[in-house]
Order: sequence, then structure tokens, then C-alpha cells
Amino acid sequence: MNSYRELMTAGVLAAALAVGTIPARAQEAVAPPLQHWSFAGPFGQYDPEQLQRGFKIYREVCSNCHSLKLLSFRNLADPGGPGFTQAQAAAIAATFQVTDGPNDQGQMFQRPGKISDYFPPPFANDQAARAALGGGLPPDMSTLAKARGYDRGFPWFVFEAFTEYEEGGPDYIHAILNGYTDPPKGFVLPPGTQYNKYFPGHAIAMPKPINDGQVKFTDGTPETVDQYGRDVAAFLMWASEPKLDERKRLGFQVMIYLIVLSALLYFTKKKIWHEVELHPELEESRAPAEYGR
Amino acid sequence: MSGHATYEPRSPFMKWMERRLPIASLVYSSFIAYPTPRNLNYWWTFGGILAFMLTVQIVTGVVLAMHYTPNVNLAFNSVEAIMRDVNYGWLLRYIHSTGASFFFVAVYIHIARGMYYGSYKEPREVLWILGVILFLLMVVTGFMGYVLPWGQMSFWAATVITNLFSAIPAVGSGIVTWLWGGYAVGNPTLNRFYSLHYLLPFVIAGVVVLHIWALHMVGQNNPTGVEPKTEKDTVAFTPYATVKDAFFVGLFCIVFAWFIFYIPNYLMHSDNYIPANPGQTPTHIVPEWYYLPFYAILRGIPNKLLGVIALASSIIILAFMPWLDTSAVRSAKYRPLYRQFLFIFFAVVIGLGYLGSQEPAGGYVIAARLFTLYYFAFFLIILPLLGYFERTKPLPNSITESVLRKGAPIGASGPPPGGGKA
Repeated sequence: MNSYRELMTAGVLAAALAVGTIPARAQEAVAPPLQHWSFAGPFGQYDPEQLQRGFKIYREVCSNCHSLKLLSFRNLADPGGPGFTQAQAAAIAATFQVTDGPNDQGQMFQRPGKISDYFPPPFANDQAARAALGGGLPPDMSTLAKARGYDRGFPWFVFEAFTEYEEGGPDYIHAILNGYTDPPKGFVLPPGTQYNKYFPGHAIAMPKPINDGQVKFTDGTPETVDQYGRDVAAFLMWASEPKLDERKRLGFQVMIYLIVLSALLYFTKKKIWHEVELHPELEESRAPAEYGR
Repeated sequence: MSGHATYEPRSPFMKWMERRLPIASLVYSSFIAYPTPRNLNYWWTFGGILAFMLTVQIVTGVVLAMHYTPNVNLAFNSVEAIMRDVNYGWLLRYIHSTGASFFFVAVYIHIARGMYYGSYKEPREVLWILGVILFLLMVVTGFMGYVLPWGQMSFWAATVITNLFSAIPAVGSGIVTWLWGGYAVGNPTLNRFYSLHYLLPFVIAGVVVLHIWALHMVGQNNPTGVEPKTEKDTVAFTPYATVKDAFFVGLFCIVFAWFIFYIPNYLMHSDNYIPANPGQTPTHIVPEWYYLPFYAILRGIPNKLLGVIALASSIIILAFMPWLDTSAVRSAKYRPLYRQFLFIFFAVVIGLGYLGSQEPAGGYVIAARLFTLYYFAFFLIILPLLGYFERTKPLPNSITESVLRKGAPIGASGPPPGGGKA
């Protein structure tokens, strides 16, 4: 017991020394506000309706510049996803034009998408994207929600392990969409950039992508940037982590199994060690090595 | 391995086998009858946990290798395909990536236990050195594994770490070119890292055999640091140690599963989900958490060559502990001063880890240097001197005596029982 306390004390002292010597860090980014996500927590699951709304936003807005190369139309009908049927996914695929070929004449050609196709990128290559968009390169969105985040620093990162916080990416994406404000007085924006409160360095090349009422929802969901941000961030989280539902469901079963197993092993251990802990050496005739046989 | 081969084959087949390949009696003497000190606490279960983790990593790794493509243009997407299209690929990959972290969690606890209870001391020097070699092999294997997904951090970690060799005078840049297989980190680098990442775990498994062999020659240390003297001081490995190990493997797996299923990306850097881009340096290159203390030592020293030397020395110096420590007493339980200095040492390593994760500026650098100073002073000044100045507490006469003193043994209201007089 004593040694644990000493270790804790020493640890706290070292941490205090480390933190105490820290210069005030240049504030490069503002912490994105925490949102409520249906897929947060040990029992969290995606909300298919939200993913469908998010997909609508991706399709009508984001996909004009951002590719989603690792996703296939068939994924739209995968379990734990937006919950489209195979027929719906195929119908969505057919509305996209996909480059195929070469054909018998050696020519590449355009055809309507099939369910097995991957989402076609908006630009032929990175150079074409840069040329069309004034130099900026919109990142591919397939893993975007896991490739972004915000480091809340010590001691928050310790708590995040316990609170099971893995929604830093969606929080950040939502914050970016809602972070377009006027720059503070004296802030010089480089040409071709906009001010964004939550973007590291604040000068973002992407113009404000979405405004209130831009994407129509038929189910009465508010058509606000705040809501759009949440829905598209949820969709992008699914695009990055399509097996999250399955992971958390299986995780719960594994946890129960391991807890029961450990409890059984604990009582087995107790039973096996019982005789040794009775101090059998008090009876000179028996040697401990013989116990349990 | 050591004696105690009391295995007697019963079935005709086992009798036949025993005369040709006595593997059953080897297993029997090493993992069943092997005498283990009766007073081992749960810190001793991490050796078994490490064996378990090595198995987990090899099994998941072999399956991942069936789906992974070591090519700079395909590697990132092949990992994503594992996550998306391979049956339970997401589980295999998250077990493997989180498993690397938990392998290091276990090895750090295992090393700390060895340092606390003086397990490196005579006659366990070779056992300890084999352990340091295993740790070095783990560091190299883990680093190469981190490069394979070919994300931004993979690429830039490979660039930074391989560039360390350029600090070596005269031959440095030649070595770096040789390591890369070209003039920059590229496809040949990824290919050889993949090959070595597949090879080294089996080298680790081989050295683990030596490590266990050496362990079984000298026997396990124990919390008192007093060698077992009579039969009473020990219990048979099976069932006593096995059930204890199994229980703690279970507890360890609960924490492991928490990370795999609920926060699989917590210990990874989000930049590694961005495909490697040699044209764009991340704002902040950090290694995996388990290298951070050593990274802080490296960065704290302004001269590149000296920094690299300090980095290498900080691990290699562990191998010299048996001779740097001049005290005759093993366990920190009976070494009040060593214990204090050791706890400060552990705290300093954790502190260095934190500093390694932060940008090297201002007070951070100063703190990292102070901690580095303590890190080396602990081995080079404190350990040698303590043996001469420290007043150690009286040792128990035997393991049994220490066990009996602790609790109130049934029926022992009188003088200390027989075991104590040995």
C-alpha cells in the first residue's frame, strides 16, 4: 500500500514539474464543442436515418469537391450503415457516371454506375482538383473522420480512455462547418482563404460549404448548418469506421465473457491456493509441493 | 532444462516416445513440476502475459499478412480493405495494433518489476540481458510494424528514425542509403520493413526460449529476494502459478478488450489515417507512445550525434544493471533508499514520456534535459553508490518465514514456526 502511495506522489510531483515548466502554448486551434452522437459510448450505434441525411448532404454538397474513394455503392446497403436496400443502393449507383474501359476500340468510356462500383471522384487527379479550386486540394473523405481530431492535452486524454471518447473527428468536422466567422480585428488572412474559428491556424482554403436551408430534408429535421454538420459528420464517421456497430456489439459480448472467465479463474485460484495459505508447513509432515494432487 | 524430471510415461505410446524424444518430460519438468517461490505476487504474472501477447501478435499478424500488400501505392488501401472487406478484418487489425501497445504495457511492467525486486542480480545476469535483447527486438519490430500502414505518421516516423543513423560520422549517410534501399524512404524501404517485421517476431520467440531456459536454470526471483532454501519455500508451477497467471491474463484481457472494442484508435495518431505524402510534413511528428521517453531523451540533447548516442545508451545501459548495482540485497522491499530513487526514476520515465509527446520548446526542453540527467545518473551514480551508503533492512531467513510473518497463520500463536529456522 505504502509503495503505491509513494509511486503516486512521485508521479504527481514529476507531472507537476513537467507541467509547471510548460510555456503558454501558442493557441493554434480552438477545442471543438462536444456534440451528442448516437454512436458514442459502449452501446452506441449509428442512426440509419441520420446516415441517410448525411449521405444526402455528402452527395449534394461535399461530393462536388471531395472524393470518397474507398467506399463502394454496395456499402450503402451493408448492415450497420445507412440502411438502404440493395435495390436502392443500385438505383443510387445508376445516377452516377463511372469511367470504365478500355473497350474493344481501346477507348475509355462513361457508363452508369453499378452497385459494385466505387464512388467516382469529382476530379480525375489531384492536379486537376488543384487547378479547378485555386490551388487547394480537398482531402479524400474515406478516412477523414478518423484522420482528424483535437488533442485536449493532459489530463483530459487520461479521462478520455475511461469515458470511451472516440468522437474527436466528428466533433471537429461539425465544428469546422459551424466555424466560419468574421476574422478578429488585425487577423491577416492569406489570399484565397477564409477565417474559421476551429481550423488550426484559422485560415482555411475551403469556402463556407453549406448554408441554412441548402439541403432539403423530407422528414422535418431542421435544415440548419448545425444539424447538417452533425448529420454529415455522422455519415463520415460511418464512412471511416463502417464496422462500428458490429465492433461495439461484439465488444459487449467479449467483455461479459472475459469478466465471467476472470471471476471463475479468481475463484479457481482461491481454491487452489487455499491449502497453501492455510500454512501447511505448520504440519511438518507435508510439503507444499504435494498439495493439490 | 533443470532437473525435477519426475515424469513417468504411462501409455505405451508415451513410453515409446520418451525413449526417442523426451518432449513430454521436458514440458512436465518446465511447466508442471517446476518449483516456483510460493510468495510471488501478481507482478510476476506479466511474464506469462507477455508470452500470451507474443502469441496474439503472431497469430493476428500472420492472418493480416495474408491480406496486406507491401507497396507504397497499395499499402494504405490494403489496410483499409482489411478494415472494410475482410471478414473480421477490423477485429484482427485492431487486436494487432492495440496488441502492440499492450505488449509494451506488459513489458514495461515486467521490466519495472525486475528493477524493483532486483531480479537482474547474480545469478540472473544472463536472464536479464536476454530480457534487454528481447526489449530491443520488440522496439525494432514495433517500429517497423508502425510503418506498414503507410500513413503520414508511418512515413515520417520511418524518415526521422532512419535518419538518426546519418549522425554516425563518415559512414552515416551511406548507412542510411543502405537502410532505405534508395535515396529516400520509398518502396524498397517498405518492402524490407515488411520482411523484417515478419521475421523478427520469430527471432523474439527464439530468444524467449533462451530467456525461459535461463530462468529455469536459476529459478525465479521473488519479492523477498531471498533464494528458496527448502521445499517449503516453493510450490509446483502447475497448478499454482498457472492458475494465477491465467487469472491475471483474464484481467489484462478485460483492459485490452476495452481498448480494442471501444477506443481502438485512442493509442494511435489520427494523422496515420492520412495516406503517406512525402511532399507534406505533418506539423508534429510523434512516435508511438511507448517510444516517447526515449524520443524525449533524443530531442533534449542539442547535438544530433550525442542525442543518438544517448538514445541508444538509454536502453543498452539496462544490460549493465547487474554490475552497476553494488548492493548485496536484491529486493527494494529491504532497500529504503533504492526504493525512493527507483520510484523517482519511474516517475521521471513517465515524465519523459509526456515531454516526448509535446513540442520541444522552452521549458519542455529544460525539463527533458533534467529528466535525462536523472535517468542516466540513476544508473551511473546512484546505483553504484547506494551499495556503499544504504542501510538495508534485515532480510527474512527464508521465504516461508516472510510469508508467515505477514498474516496470522492458523494455529501459530506461539514462536515462529519451523520454516523460519532453516
